[in-house]
Amino acid sequence: MAVLLVFVGGMLGAPLRYLTDRAVQSRHDSLYPWGTFTVNVVGSFILGLIAAGVARQGWPTDVSLFVGTGVCGGLTTFSTFGYETVRLLNSGAMRFAALNVLGSLAAGLAAAAAGWALVAAL
Amino acid sequence: MSGDGRGGSKAARWDLDVVAVIAVGGGIGSIARYGLARAIPTPAGGFPWATLITNVVGCAVLGGLMYLVLEVWPPSRYRRPFLGVGVCGGFTTFSTAMVETRGLLGGGHLGTAGLYLLASVVLGLLAVFGGAALARTLPRGRRRAVAVAEPEPVPSSEGQR
Repeated sequence: MAVLLVFVGGMLGAPLRYLTDRAVQSRHDSLYPWGTFTVNVVGSFILGLIAAGVARQGWPTDVSLFVGTGVCGGLTTFSTFGYETVRLLNSGAMRFAALNVLGSLAAGLAAAAAGWALVAAL
Repeated sequence: MSGDGRGGSKAARWDLDVVAVIAVGGGIGSIARYGLARAIPTPAGGFPWATLITNVVGCAVLGGLMYLVLEVWPPSRYRRPFLGVGVCGGFTTFSTAMVETRGLLGGGHLGTAGLYLLASVVLGLLAVFGGAALARTLPRGRRRAVAVAEPEPVPSSEGQR
């Protein structure tokens, strides 16, 4: 059952990432990978909500498996974040590469903390 | 009425076949990540080894894969969506790393949190380079084998892009 929840969640999250990335990337001309940034920050916020819900509010672990491990895990990606950063480095866009790392970590961490705080305060 | 996914209609821009392939890859990658997380549990306040390993391995695989997709393999409609966007993207996770870091910070484990973030980024980026470098050394012999073997049996039904 757990594996099925994770699988179906991942089956939703990954295409959602692909479609979001396409939609976001078609709307700007910057070198900055806003598409991956967007899914990673949004996913971190949602997982923050879920983590606090399970730890503090007694939400069922099935929610965590499906929405957290499945959807959020499939929606967010570390490999594309790393690949896009290396691509920026290879093309000499050092400032964008540094900005991508620092910006993604700062925004992702803030989003996770905000999600956690929101549900923990319920 | 949606055609074959390559027709000129606006609906076809959704590329439903590609989306489906990404979904299956994402499901498979997610299960692999879940399995690894179960195999290497992280105690409260402990260093999140499972996620670090997941993300570094995923970066290495994607680095190698992208080299092969862009430089070596013949064009394929599904290879990159399935293996790259789907499996690698579904396997690795940014959200878990962020929530784990938040947990470490919240629990007062500042050093572990900092080390975890630093290790994730540095090892992740090195892994992308390493994966690509490894793929660059492997294929020489294989490159020809693939190049010779592929065009023959595949006619033209799904070749482009």
